[in-house]
Formats: sequence, C-alpha cells, structure tokens
Amino acid sequence: MEPRHTISVWVDNIPGVLSRVTGLFSGRGFNIESLCVAETMDPAVSRITIVSTGDEQITEQIIKQLHKLINVITVVDLSEQEHVEREMALVTVKAEDKSRAEVLRIADIFRCRVVDVSPHTYTLEITGNHEKIGAVLTLLKNHGILDEVRTGTLAIQRPKKD
Amino acid sequence: MKKMTGAEIFLECLKREEVKHVFGYPGGVVLDIYDELTRHPEIRHILVRHEQAAAHAADGYARASAKVGVALVTSGPGATNTVTGIASAYMDSIPIVVFTGQVPTALIGNDAFQEVDIVGITRPCTKHNYLVKDINQLAYTIHEAFHIARSGRPGPVLVDLPKDVIQARTVPEFPKEIKIRSYQPTYHANPRQVKRALDLILSAKKPVLYTGGGIIMSGASEELKQFAEFLQIPVTSTLMGLGGFPGDNPLWMGMLGMHGTYCANMSISETDVLIAVGARFDDRITGKLSEFAPHAKIIHIDIDPSSISKNVVVDIPIVGDCKDALHQMNDLLRVKPPKDWAAARAPWLDTVRDWEKKHPLTYAWSDTVIKPQYVVEKLYELTKGEAYITTEVGQNQMWAAQFYRFKRPRQLMTSGGLGVMGYGFPAAMGVQMAKPGATVIDIAGDGSIQMNIQELITVVENDLPVKIAILNNSFLGMVRQWQQLFYEKRYSATPMAAPDFVKLADAYGAVGLRATKPEEVEPVIKQALETPKPVIMDFRVEPEECVMPMVPAGKAMHEMLLA
Ligand SMILES: Cc1ncc(C[n+]2csc(CCOP(=O)(O)OP(=O)(O)O)c2C)c(N)n1
Ligand SMILES: [Mg+2]
Repeated sequence: MEPRHTISVWVDNIPGVLSRVTGLFSGRGFNIESLCVAETMDPAVSRITIVSTGDEQITEQIIKQLHKLINVITVVDLSEQEHVEREMALVTVKAEDKSRAEVLRIADIFRCRVVDVSPHTYTLEITGNHEKIGAVLTLLKNHGILDEVRTGTLAIQRPKKD
Repeated sequence: MKKMTGAEIFLECLKREEVKHVFGYPGGVVLDIYDELTRHPEIRHILVRHEQAAAHAADGYARASAKVGVALVTSGPGATNTVTGIASAYMDSIPIVVFTGQVPTALIGNDAFQEVDIVGITRPCTKHNYLVKDINQLAYTIHEAFHIARSGRPGPVLVDLPKDVIQARTVPEFPKEIKIRSYQPTYHANPRQVKRALDLILSAKKPVLYTGGGIIMSGASEELKQFAEFLQIPVTSTLMGLGGFPGDNPLWMGMLGMHGTYCANMSISETDVLIAVGARFDDRITGKLSEFAPHAKIIHIDIDPSSISKNVVVDIPIVGDCKDALHQMNDLLRVKPPKDWAAARAPWLDTVRDWEKKHPLTYAWSDTVIKPQYVVEKLYELTKGEAYITTEVGQNQMWAAQFYRFKRPRQLMTSGGLGVMGYGFPAAMGVQMAKPGATVIDIAGDGSIQMNIQELITVVENDLPVKIAILNNSFLGMVRQWQQLFYEKRYSATPMAAPDFVKLADAYGAVGLRATKPEEVEPVIKQALETPKPVIMDFRVEPEECVMPMVPAGKAMHEMLLA
C-alpha cells in the first residue's frame, strides 16, 4: 500500500474554492481518501483536511500544486510532524434481546456514546482514529449494522513541547 | 466622485492597465460594454471572426509585446469558443485576460439562454478565474486579474461579467495596490542554492544549458548569454525557449527533444551537469524518462516550485526568476579568480562540434520538387532572420523551429504545450497589432490554416499585412509521418483536400501567390515581402517529407531516427 498523508489546507472561504481543490486532485490523477472542510474562527478562512495516498514525489507535487492555487493560503503535510487524528462515525446497530447488552458493552469498551435508542436499535457515536473506527465497526457488524456514516479525518498538529 | 456603470468602470480599468488593443466579438450580454467602447477611441477593438481567434490573437500580442493580451466575448458560445485559446495560453504560461459576458446574476443556474458555467469549464485551464457578482468588486477584480496574469509564472485569467453587474451603478474605488496573502511568487532565488549550483557547474566537465520559455518570460536572454559565454557552456532549448539564446551563436546546439538536433540530444545523453533554466522537462523533451540525462547531476531553476521534481527528480532546485538566478551567478563569477574557460572547455566543445558535423540538420535537395525545409531556409535568408514568426502545428511547426534560426526572444510564437492547429494565423494578427510595421509570417500547414482561415477578412479589414506561408503537402503531414513510420503507411484520414488558396486570398481581398517549383520559391517570398497587404503563399511541397531527426515516442534521446 502507498503511504497515507494527512494534509491541512487553509483556503479563502469563498464560493468555488472547494471545487478548485478537488478539481486539482481529479485533473492530475491524485487520490483523495477523505476530505473534511469547515470554516475556521476567522470566517474568511476555511480549513480543509485531506487524506491522500501516494509516494513522496506525488505528495510533494500535491502540496506544490495546492500552493499554486490562488485561494490557497497555507498547506501543511501533517504526516511530517507530530499530530493527532480523529474521525467520527454514527452507526445504527440492531440491538434486540441478548445483543442489546452486548452492543452496549462494545460501546462502553470503545467509549462510544449512545446518541439514540429505539426498541430494536442503538445509534452510536464513535470517535477515534481511522483504525479504531474500523475495529468498532467490524465488531458491530456481527449484530447487524442498519445504517452508518463517517466523517473524513480531522487532524491537528501537536504543540511543540519546550 | 460620481456614480459609474459597470461598463464605464470596465473601460476605465482597461485604461488604467494601459490596454491599447482588445480582440473581441460582441453579443447580447456585453452590449453595454460595446456601447461604452464607442466613447473610448484610445482603445482599439479588433473584431475577429471566431472567438477562438480572439484568445490566440491576445496570446500572440502578449508574447510579442511582453504585455497582457486582452479578449472580450459574450456569454455561452462566445465564452466556450475561447476555451482552446485559453488552454493553449495556460500550457505556455502566456499572460492574457479573457472577459466573458454572463447572464444576469438572478438567472445564473437556471439554464438561461446562452448561459454556460465558463468559470467551471475553465477552472483547470486558467491560472485563476472570477465570476464578478457585485459591481463594488469589479474594479478590484480586474486589477487583480491583470496582476495575476502577468506576475510569477504568467498565465491566462478569465473574468466572467454578468449583464446586471455591467449595467449596475456605483461610485467605484480603483485600487492602487494588490495584496493577496495567498499569492506571493518567489522572484529572488535563494543565494545559498545559487552558490551550491554554481560550485557544481564549475566542477563540471561536460555541462549543458537546457533552457525554456522561462528565459523569454523573465527577460533573461542577456544574462543567459553572458553566463554561457563566460563559462563556455553549450546551449540547447525547448521549442518555447527558441530565441532566448541567439541561433547564430557558436555555443548554440539547436533545439532538443523529439525533433531536436542530433548534437543537442547527444549532449543530454553525455552531460555530467545539466542546467535547466525555465524549462519543465516535458515528455516531448525527455523521451524515455529513465534514460534522460543518465550521467548528469541536474540543476533546475524555475519560478514555479511545482515544475521542479515533477517529471525528473533534480539535485539542486532553485525556485525563483531565471533572470535573478542567472544574474546572481554572473555576479559570483565576476569575483572568482580568472580561469581560461575556453581552454578548459575545449575537449567538450570539440565533442559537441563533432556531433554537429556528423549529423547536421539537413534534408535531401530536389531540383524538381520544393522541399519544405528549403522554404523555411529561404524565409530566414530573405527576412535576414528578423521576422516575427508564428507557426501552426505539425511538420510546419518543427521545420520552422529547426530552420529559422531565431535571434531574439519573443520572435517565435507557437502553441508549444497544447499544440493547437489554428493558432498561428490569429496569433500573427496579434503580433502584427503589437508590432506595426514589422514583418510577421505565419509558417503554416495546409491542414492547420483551414482551422482559422476565417480570420483572413479580419486582417484585410484591419490592414494587418500578415504573411502566411503554407507548406502545402496535401496531408495532415505530421500524423501521416507517424503512419508512415509506425503504421506501415496506412494513411488513414490524413490525405486532405484544400481549397485553391490563391483564389481564396483573392476572394477575401488579400493577395495569393503560388510556387510549385524550387526556383519559384525565392521570387514568391520576395514579392510577398514587398506587398504591403496580407499575402498567402501557397508552396506546393514534397508530400511525403518527414521531419528528422526523430526520437520515437517512449525511446531514449540517443535513439534518434536520422534522415
Ligand atoms: C486542433 C488540433 N487537432 C488535431 C491535432 C493533431 N495534429 C497534430 S499535427 C496534425 C497535422 C497538421 O497538418 P498540417 O497543418 O497540414 O501540417 P503539416 O504537418 O502537414 O505540416 C494534426 C492533425 C492538433 N494538433 N490540433
Ligand atoms: Mg499539411
């Protein structure tokens, strides 16, 4: 597998910018595994987190090409530094009779929150890194997943310790 | 200050950008701008006959004049017709600004009559583009558009102008300065990198300068010449770089790449230090990548960081303006202890000259049939190498590149990156607008010229005495050449009929001349050059001539086919 890179992109918060960014990826044949975007505390700026795969040369190109877009303010390859990653998933799982307790146990072990309950289902909120969410989903699959939705990866740099 | 309409602001902005010429075509949503034009005699509008030509003409104008070329068209089909011209300017980093009309903002997204999302369509082939939704943004946006087009690595910018914005009124504020926090091109090359590069160059035994369009864009020809001559380094360039180094200089090796000279291509295969300046290692240059410059350490100077290590991983990258970087190197050289570089370089230059002698650019002469190369040689001779040359695409383009020895930067305009048949003629109109009184020649193919032949009436109407030299081989020659070499001469869809170009010229009010024998070539060219009107020269040339040398696609550079 090609290495994964988590790239943070600060952009002008104006119409069309997201399509410039994604258009660049499709036009140049770069990969996007996931993408998250929202306004920052400065409403004129949005921050996009992109997870992409590719070797060193491709990642270097991705970063340079992103920089070239006029509306891109800064690009940081977080994979190059210490950082924290989180994803979130919402899952509705079948939970009847015996399995009701089992699903709750799994939720508890992985520190998921129950955000909705019905007589036959639980809806769980899972946060964690990519691997953890994958692991929880695999466990829940045995009970029957009725619906599921995931965010892309969010990532933030760790402050320097000194 | 009083209120102004969008149309008035638009023209005031053009004036402030010192625009003198606009290539355009009107339509419903830009009526107000065209109306306003009547009150601005200082801006000349050239009415083309197809919007593609407006974009190419703006491109030719920009290349010849070193200014920003401007095109103005209506919404929908007017806008989409410019796309090829924009894409070509994008590939070749040419500064143009294309203004397109748009349906009123309230109708955008409604599939209104002649509505098209031109900003969406041109996003991947412009350096940047805008949809102006608020008249209060108009003046600033136009100023920013010109700034972006001409700065850094130049390129086309499109500004989409909805009709209601053109008609609205406001008290405008004309910006003096542009500050874009997310756009600050690096002009000044890092002095430490420059010094590292120079040290490597000084230690080289077989250095080669490989230069591209960046030399011309940054105006670095003088610095390049000084540098090359001081260190006695032979020079080759891409198609886009021709004219950046004088074609009659003893250090000049000719163009490199697919149809480059034997000498230039061999030098790349042998060099120990390759100095790439304002070039981008395009696949037409490198051939088989893994065997490109196999023995060389590579230095790459480019203003666009994304060009560096894109195709070929380089040893010493230098981000910055070519002129700045070469200037720094020349300064450093001046304070070095003197050395007899001519003597030090003699063995390498001898090798280079041996290659030159072994396989010079040449062709088989014929007494009965006109050889296309001969036409270009004669054009060179009879214009004393001083003409502005545009080309179409195909064999004509390669022969122009090989046999017209360009002396000066901005002398050749050719669609290098996109390779647009139909570029040369409209581009020549642009060049002639920028350089009135100069000799401007479009070296054309019989196929390509038919792609924008409608502009004949534009040059006649505007008294632009452009000359068109058609190397008429009755074929889509370059494609035929590939069919001959790689498809066992199955000439599928390449033999092609053409109109009688002499009669055609006549019908348009231009002058048509024809040469069918070698001895007619010179008198036809002479007569054309003496005619103060647009002229078509129809040279009936050898139909099955091939452009040589040729590096077949995917082969290494030293694996050239020779004549
Ligand atoms: C718009 C466009 N369509 C198709 C091509 C592909 N193409 C490249 S060269 C060529 C033949 C050009 O023929 P002509 O203008 O007669 O020039 P010649 O090669 O014969 O000199 C073609 C079809 C192109 N470059 N541009
Ligand atoms: Mg032809």
